Amino acid sequence: MEQTAQLGGRAVVDGAEIDGQQAEDWVAATHQALAKMDNVTIRTRMMGAGVYDHGYVIGYERLTDHDPQLDGPRHRLWRIRAKQIVTATGAIERPLSFAGNDIPGVMLAGALRDYLVNWGVSVGDRTVVVTNNDDAYRTALALQAHGLGVPAIIDARSAPSGDLVAAARAAGIRVETGAAIAKVMGKTRVTAVALAAQAGEGGVLEDIPCDAVAMSGGWSPVVHLWSHCGGKLNWDAERAMFRPDPKRAPTGAAGEGFVVTAGSASGALTTGEVLTDAFEAARAAIKAAGGKPKAGKAPQVTVVAEAPLEPVWLMPQGASYELRAKAWLDFQNDVKVADVQLAAREGYESVEHAKRYTTLGMATDQGKLSNINGLAILGDALNTDIPSVGTTTFRPPYTPISMGSIGGAARDDLFLPIRKTPIHGWHTDQGADFEPVGAWRRPYAFPRKGETVHDAVTREILNTRENVGLLDASTLGKLLVKGPDAGRFLDMLYTNMMSNLGVGKCRYGLMCSENGFLIDDGVVARIDEETWLCHTTTGGADRIHAWMEDWLQCEWWDWKVYVANLTEQYAQIAVVGPKARQVLQAMGTDMDLSKEALPFMQWADGRIGDFDARVYRISFSGELSYEIAVPAAQGRAFWDALLRVGADFGIMPYGTEGLHVLRAEKGFIMIGDETDGTVIPQDLNLGWAISKKKDDYLGKRAQERSHMSDPERWKLVGLETLDGSVLPDGAIAVAAGQNANGQRNTQGRVTSTYHSPTLGKGIAMGLVHNGPSRMGDVLEFTKGDGTFIKARIVDQVFYDKAGEKQDV
Amino acid sequence: MSDLKSFYEGRAADANGVTVRDAGLQGMITLRGDLANAKLKAAVKKACGQAVPAARRAVITGGRGAAWMSPDELLILVPYAEAAATAAALALALKDQHHLAVNVSDARAYITLTGAGVDEIMAKCAPVDFANFAVGEFRRTRIGQVAAAFWKDEAGAFHIVAFRSLGDYVFDLLATSAKAGLVNL
Repeated sequence: MEQTAQLGGRAVVDGAEIDGQQAEDWVAATHQALAKMDNVTIRTRMMGAGVYDHGYVIGYERLTDHDPQLDGPRHRLWRIRAKQIVTATGAIERPLSFAGNDIPGVMLAGALRDYLVNWGVSVGDRTVVVTNNDDAYRTALALQAHGLGVPAIIDARSAPSGDLVAAARAAGIRVETGAAIAKVMGKTRVTAVALAAQAGEGGVLEDIPCDAVAMSGGWSPVVHLWSHCGGKLNWDAERAMFRPDPKRAPTGAAGEGFVVTAGSASGALTTGEVLTDAFEAARAAIKAAGGKPKAGKAPQVTVVAEAPLEPVWLMPQGASYELRAKAWLDFQNDVKVADVQLAAREGYESVEHAKRYTTLGMATDQGKLSNINGLAILGDALNTDIPSVGTTTFRPPYTPISMGSIGGAARDDLFLPIRKTPIHGWHTDQGADFEPVGAWRRPYAFPRKGETVHDAVTREILNTRENVGLLDASTLGKLLVKGPDAGRFLDMLYTNMMSNLGVGKCRYGLMCSENGFLIDDGVVARIDEETWLCHTTTGGADRIHAWMEDWLQCEWWDWKVYVANLTEQYAQIAVVGPKARQVLQAMGTDMDLSKEALPFMQWADGRIGDFDARVYRISFSGELSYEIAVPAAQGRAFWDALLRVGADFGIMPYGTEGLHVLRAEKGFIMIGDETDGTVIPQDLNLGWAISKKKDDYLGKRAQERSHMSDPERWKLVGLETLDGSVLPDGAIAVAAGQNANGQRNTQGRVTSTYHSPTLGKGIAMGLVHNGPSRMGDVLEFTKGDGTFIKARIVDQVFYDKAGEKQDV
Repeated sequence: MSDLKSFYEGRAADANGVTVRDAGLQGMITLRGDLANAKLKAAVKKACGQAVPAARRAVITGGRGAAWMSPDELLILVPYAEAAATAAALALALKDQHHLAVNVSDARAYITLTGAGVDEIMAKCAPVDFANFAVGEFRRTRIGQVAAAFWKDEAGAFHIVAFRSLGDYVFDLLATSAKAGLVNL
């Protein structure tokens, strides 16, 4: 993986001689040889973004950024599992901290050289080079070789001596030793630098006119990938750099190191060092991966003698406050030497604290440019050394990667997986208005041509009450619970008894969390001696399945119970309304669907039309209702057949809003409307569904706690506005006076509110303080605009209180 | 029974030599129980003609066989039309011991992925090391954002099982990934 478009790193620009060849030729030959090997894959423009546990590497490939006309994805994220990782991430040149080092025209010496050699860009006609090491002399020599002026090399060292220094002197370049830039002159562009003694405090000796400054404070190995997964560093005082400690590599499952650094990433500085280190790194990685390296030796390099650098953290060393306040450490986050010193004075002694106080090395920088210089300044201010200060944490990615590469194919229709019932296609064809329920999209209503959604809801409800409606209820959870201990298990999960439910019968049940709060409800059917089928809410199916497995696997692991989620095995269709039985009989059936043979709250298997059906006589609408489960593959055909046969009876599908209004007219609760995680069954007057006989069920103890059994808890009632309008959803009932915070006291809130087409007025349910004992009282509800609306407390069952219609 | 519909009604998509196909209705039975039990082993053999597979393995030929789902669960494959009867037969054979045998054929989407380079298409979509994914290996994991299971057959094709309600997502994701082409590893 090569981050840039070309292999070979700096060697080509720096012009080394390797095995008797120019670096450029050697790199090209080596590249060619590698490309020919079957077991080698080379990808350029691809960055190692992060190293994670177990040799997991994230690669970020930029495919078309350089040529947007190209076909295919722009970026690609690679997820790689490697036995061994060799990081040859190179090194980053450090800036020098002198006043005005942010003025345009001041650049890193290496960068300025790259512009010149790689791109033919001249940054300035007259470039002053300022350095504490030999490498920057290459920039001076390159500039001069290209015919550009180098007024001076300002070297902080008192007696620089390497081959490059000699070459510069021989080329006639003025070299100032023991020198410093006091400050850079210019505003939007460098105009001159003020020469001073590095040992001094910034007294100007001379102004040197120039239009560019090439600075080099030495090189820091790029240790990010090494460090992401825990590789440790040592401070090398001689080279003034943190270097990876090969003895403390990131470790895999067996405690073995799985990252090896190579070349400059190890802290090697010269081409010779780099190649020797890389050669050994490759051998070590091959061995560690279980391979056997071929015999051979590292490529030979013509040696260029370089003198060591001299650490320079501030230029000049005694710079005044005015100069320090203009000496940048972090160019991206605007942090100067004076800022870090202030942080230390303010007591932010930990490097992590100082980082957050100043923003040094944050965000995109991630310490790349600023880290070592900042640590050194902090160490100096704290009167300690750099290793005692330590580094901040290296976090992936190495540089920001695009969200697009992470998202990948997850866009457009693949952005969010949407669950679809076997009948979904029909809903779409009808132009249904959809709403999200869990990960499903359910039809909210089926507006006809020229109809508003509200009109459609009204029509669907009235037709269901008068004729017959059809509901796609396939999304309801269907959990099969089987085993010798299944009855006992369900008795623990539901608040009421399920173990004594007769085979062939159905019972409505409630489930609570350990804290007593109502979490789900639904009808349970006893299938056979050992088997129950539990219907859950649509959104609750997966959650309740997991809840059952949790209890079975973690708490009652010795209970013999198996659970299977059969939600999607069946298309479940509710045929609802006074003519429901007629429709099913017209379909042709071998079942006796009469009240006597299949009474309310029972189920039976049989054939309806040409379909394998399980028929549940349950009702969430208050009407005569059959919920019929057929295998999902038959679902669409069954739906079509019902529509065809039902046409004579005025059959119409209805959506979830119709379902909601129908149930609200009957005063049935809805999980998520009447419950919000703080409501217990007792609040909803569902005490009848809580067994008094059982020793225990999930939530029982919690419901006995004082706050839960408090008679002052708000309780469910019906609400009717005096003017017949619809209460706003979630509206609060106000009470007299104010609380301790100066807020209006409250005494209730709306949980469900609709216009009832059946009754021709607004109906609502809500939780009200002492509600059930205050029938007929009128409350004032907030409308949200500062005004109020009056509503009377009534019975929550607005329609067919005796339940005669569902039991015919 | 006429007019049975699989999740995508047999749709197929071709791109770059790879075919993604809704492989239609496949009989599938969830069997839970003690997989080491002799009676269960015999019942499985009788139901699908294969022995109980080892952990993370599938033994499936011609739409019949068994796949290891968990330490106490197998997925039994038989032709779709036989699934209900096979589930009933399993239940009968195991009636004296704790078990669960239930037909889940309709709850599933069954997708095949064939052609050269399918390993790479799968690698784009599932967090699995396909370089080391053997023929007959079975994996429960995810494809894109949803749960799925799959195995690789002798011909190198992948057989994928997902939830029916999300079959189109899995299909479309695989088809999209195939369309983007191979990355020339």
